[in-house]
Amino acid sequence: MKFGVVVFPGSNCDYDTFHALQNVMEQETVFLWHKDSDLQQVDCVVLPGGFSYGDYLRSGAIARFSPIMAEIKKFASAGGLVLGICNGFQILLEAGLLPGAMLTNKNLKFLCQHVYIKIENNKTAFSRAGRKSQVLSIPIAHFDGNYYAPPELLAQLEERKQIVFRYCDRNGRLTEEANVNGSLHHIAGLINEQGNVLGLMPHPERASEKIVGSDDGQVIFQSIIDYWEKKPGGRKKKAGKTVRPVVSPLPPLVGSL
Amino acid sequence: MIDDKTLADHNLTRDEYDFIVKLIGREPNLTELGIFSVMWSEHCGYKSSKVYLKKFPTKGKYLIQGPGENAGVMDIGDGLAVVFKIESHNHPSYLEPYQGAATGVGGILRDIFTMGARPVAVLDSLRFGPLDKPKNRSVAEGVVSGISGYGNAFGVPTVGGEVYFHDCYSQNPLVNVCCVGLAEKDRIFLARAQGVGNAVIYVGAKTGRDGIHGATMASAEFGKETEQKRPNVQVGDPFKEKLLLEACLEVMAKGLVIGIQDMGAAGLTCSTTEMAAKSDTGMEINLDLVPQREEGMNPYEIMLSESQERMLIVTSQNKVKPLQDVFSKWDLEAVVIGKVTEDEQLKAYFHGELVIDIPVKAVVDLCPAYRRPVEAPAFVRRLARFKVPGMPPDLDLNQVFLQLVASPDIADKQWVFRQYDHMVQINTIVLPGADAAVLRLKGTKKGLAMTLDGNSLYAYLNPKRGGEIAVAEACRNLACVGAAPMGVTNCLNFGNPEKPEIMWQFKEAVEGIARACRQFDIPVTGGNVSFYNETEGQAVFPTPVLGIVGLVDDVATIPAAGFRGEREAIILLGENKEELGGSEYLKLVFDQEKGKAPELDFRSEKSVLEVCRQAIKQKLVRTAHDLSEGGLAVALAECSIKSKKGLGFQVRLNDPIRTDALLFGESQSRIILVAKEKNAGKILALARKMKVKARVIGKTGGKKMVIWHRKKKVVEQPVELVRDAFKNCIPGYFRV
Repeated sequence: MKFGVVVFPGSNCDYDTFHALQNVMEQETVFLWHKDSDLQQVDCVVLPGGFSYGDYLRSGAIARFSPIMAEIKKFASAGGLVLGICNGFQILLEAGLLPGAMLTNKNLKFLCQHVYIKIENNKTAFSRAGRKSQVLSIPIAHFDGNYYAPPELLAQLEERKQIVFRYCDRNGRLTEEANVNGSLHHIAGLINEQGNVLGLMPHPERASEKIVGSDDGQVIFQSIIDYWEKKPGGRKKKAGKTVRPVVSPLPPLVGSL
Repeated sequence: MIDDKTLADHNLTRDEYDFIVKLIGREPNLTELGIFSVMWSEHCGYKSSKVYLKKFPTKGKYLIQGPGENAGVMDIGDGLAVVFKIESHNHPSYLEPYQGAATGVGGILRDIFTMGARPVAVLDSLRFGPLDKPKNRSVAEGVVSGISGYGNAFGVPTVGGEVYFHDCYSQNPLVNVCCVGLAEKDRIFLARAQGVGNAVIYVGAKTGRDGIHGATMASAEFGKETEQKRPNVQVGDPFKEKLLLEACLEVMAKGLVIGIQDMGAAGLTCSTTEMAAKSDTGMEINLDLVPQREEGMNPYEIMLSESQERMLIVTSQNKVKPLQDVFSKWDLEAVVIGKVTEDEQLKAYFHGELVIDIPVKAVVDLCPAYRRPVEAPAFVRRLARFKVPGMPPDLDLNQVFLQLVASPDIADKQWVFRQYDHMVQINTIVLPGADAAVLRLKGTKKGLAMTLDGNSLYAYLNPKRGGEIAVAEACRNLACVGAAPMGVTNCLNFGNPEKPEIMWQFKEAVEGIARACRQFDIPVTGGNVSFYNETEGQAVFPTPVLGIVGLVDDVATIPAAGFRGEREAIILLGENKEELGGSEYLKLVFDQEKGKAPELDFRSEKSVLEVCRQAIKQKLVRTAHDLSEGGLAVALAECSIKSKKGLGFQVRLNDPIRTDALLFGESQSRIILVAKEKNAGKILALARKMKVKARVIGKTGGKKMVIWHRKKKVVEQPVELVRDAFKNCIPGYFRV
C-alpha cells in the first residue's frame, strides 16, 4: 500500500514517520508538500508531528489553511484513511475532521516521555492488529495534548466507541497519574464516526523498532496495512527500497515552489 | 573625533583605538568603530585567551576540520562526518532566561547546519544558583523552557547534559549548549567568499534592532545597571530556523552554494568580514538592500544587529535565481545585497553613500592578543592545606547516603529532561540521565556517543586538575557505553580576565585540558571562551565544560545504566583511595568546599577505560556506570534506581580506609561493571592483563541497597525509598 506523509513548514516528525513506514514497515511512502494539491494516489495520508507554522496562534490552527488540507478533506469524506499524529491530531481537530480540542498539558510543561496506552476499541482500521485492552508503550512529546470536549460530546464519543486509545499505567489501569497530560476520559487516540480518520497524541513512529526502546507502535501501522490488504480492491504492493535519511531529505522533498 | 566616553561604551582602550587608526590610515567613523569593537571584543576576538588556546592539540586521525570554522568535523566512516561545537549563552540567560537560552540553542544549531550538517542532537550544561532562592528558580525555569521551546520546535532532540547548582552562579548562571550534526563527509561547507564578482546573498529573517552589541555585553562584567541591558538580548524564532535549515540543506544538496556563514554574534559584521578575510577577498554590500524589520535603521544598527535566524551565502551569479527559488519555496527571503571584490576591503553603501571602508583582515586577524598578568590566588594554597576532619562518631552514614542521593547536584534531573523532546529523529537509544547519550546511525550498526562534563569545585580548588578531570570523566562516561573518544569541544567559563587571579585559573585549566587531551590522543576541534562571568566582583568558579564525542562500533553491545537481573556480579574497576577533598560529602556534612581535588593518573585511567571498552565489546557487560560525584555508594545507588526491576544490591568492602571516604570519596578512574556470574572471571582476567585493579564487590538483587565495610553494615536502605528521594528532590522546589 502507499502512504503519503504531509510536510508542513515546521513539521519535524516527517522523516521519522517516513522512516518507520518505508524502512521498517516496508511500505511505499512519499512526501506530500503542503502547497501541493495532488495526493499522488496514496492509500493513507499521515499528518506527522512537529510544530506546523511554529504552532503560533494555536497548535495546528494555521496548517489547516494549507492547500493540501482541502484535498485531504475531500479524500477523508470519500472514505480515505487519514492518521494524524501529535501535531497532526491537533491539525485534524482544527480542521474539523475530528471533534474536540486540545488544551495545554495539566502541568503546563512540555512532556516528552514513554507512556502506556490501552487499546479500547480494536475493531478499527488503526487498531485491528492489537487485542482489546492490550497495553502499548509509546512515547509522547507535546505541550498541548490535554484533550477537551464538552460532556455531551464525550458521552457520544464513548457511546459510539470513538475512543480508540486511552492513557493507562503499565497494567492497563486508568490511574490519574498515568493520565500525564490531563486528557478528559484519558483520551490518547480518537476516531471519527465513519472510522477512517484517527488522531493520536503518542508517536507510533518513535516506537517502531526495539532498538529505540519499543516497537509497540507497529501495531498501529500494521493495523492500517492489514485493513488495506483485506479490503476489496486492496492488495499488496511492492515495497519501496530502504532509504537512509541522514542529511538531506531523502527522497528529495520536491514540491511546487 | 572619537571621545573617551564613546571608546568606553565600545569597550575599546585608547591604545586599541590608535591601532585601528593606524590600520585604516584615518579616524574610523562610528559605524566602523562599532565593527572593530564587536570583532575585537573578548567574545569574538578571544584577545585574552588566544595565547593559551594555542596549547590545545588540534591534530588527529579522524579530524577533517579543526578550530577556526563554525564547528569541528570528524570522520566517522561510512562516508559520514560528525560536526560539533559548544557555545555559551551565559549573560543573556541571566537577563532574559527564556530568550537567552532559546537563542543560545538557535545560535549553535546554525553553527552546525551552516557547515552542511543536519543537527541530530543537543546537549546542555547548565549551572544555576541554589533552587531555594526564588530568583534562581525563575532563572532555571526560564532557561529550561527556553531550551525546550526552541529545540523542540526546531526538531532536534536534546539528549543529555548536566545541571549543577552553586551560589556562585546565582547572578551568573551558565548556559552552555553543545550541538552535534551529521554530514556527508565530502560535502562540508565553509565560510568562504571566493570568486570575485560572485553574489553575496542575505537569507532568512529580517534585521531588527535586537541584540545590538550582544557580543560586547558578553565581554564585560555585570554591574548594578545590568538589568538595563535586557534589550541587548535577541529574540528567537525556532520556526523560522527550521525553515532556514531545510532551505540551506536543500540549496547545498543542489550545489548552489560556494560559501556560507551564519550571522551569530556580531551579525552581518562578522559574516561579511570573516568570509572575505578567509578567502583573501573583499566584499561590497548595499545596506539599503538588507531586509529590515524596522524603519529608519542606520548603518551602525544594521551592521551590529544580532537578529536571529539569518545567514550569508556566496554563490555565482548564475545560481542566484535557482537559490532564490528554493528559499521562496520555504517562504524565506534571499536577497542579493552585494558582491565579492578583489581588494580585501569591506565596503558598504547606505543611501548611495560609502559608509564603511575597512580592510577585512585588520578586523578579523589583527585583533590584539594580550598576555595578561597571571597570579595564583592566595586561597588556592590555603584551601589545599585543609585537613579533612575526622569522621564524627555519631554520624549516621546510612542517613548521609540518603541525603547525598537527594542533594540537588546528584538527584534526578528528569524534571529538566522531560521538558526536552529527546526522541525526535528516532535515533536516541540511550536516553538522558545516563553517563553518555548515544544515537544510532540509521543504516549502520554504529552509534554516536556524546557527553558533557565539568566539575567546577575541583577546578576551583585546582584548575589544572579540574581541567584534566573534566576530560577524563568525559572519556570515562563514553567508555561506559563502549565508545572510544574521538574529538573534543570545550566551553571555558571564567570571571574577569583582567584580574590576574582569574587569568591564572584560566591558564591552569587550559593547560590541564591540553595535557589530558594529549594523553587521550584526542584533538580539540573548537569551542568557546566565556569570560566576565562576574557580578559586582563576585566571579563564578572556574568552569571548564568538556564536550566529547565518540563512536560505538555495535550498538547492540551497549550496557544499561541500571541493574538488569538478580544475582549478577558487581565488579569495581580501579582503586578506592582516601580522598575527600572537594567532595559532595564534604560539602553536605561539613559544609566545606575545601581540600585537594582528587588525584588523576592518566596511565591507570586509560587502562581502566580500555578494560571497560573491551569487556563491553566482548558482550560481557550488562550494566556499566562510572563513579563521580558522591563516589562508590552513590554510583551503586544510581544503578539500582535506574534498574527497571527496582533491583537492590549487597556489597561487601574491606578497604583499609575511612568508611566515609570509601563510600563517598571521589577518587578518579573507577567504573562499576555488572556481569552475569559466569562472565565475571573473564572481566577480571581482562583487567589483570591490563594491570587494572578489579574485584567483585557484591551482587545485585533484593529490594534493598546494602553495603558492608569490614563486616559492619554501613548502608541499608530500601530501593524504593532511595529512588523516591532521588526523584523528588528537583520537582520539590518547583511545587509552589
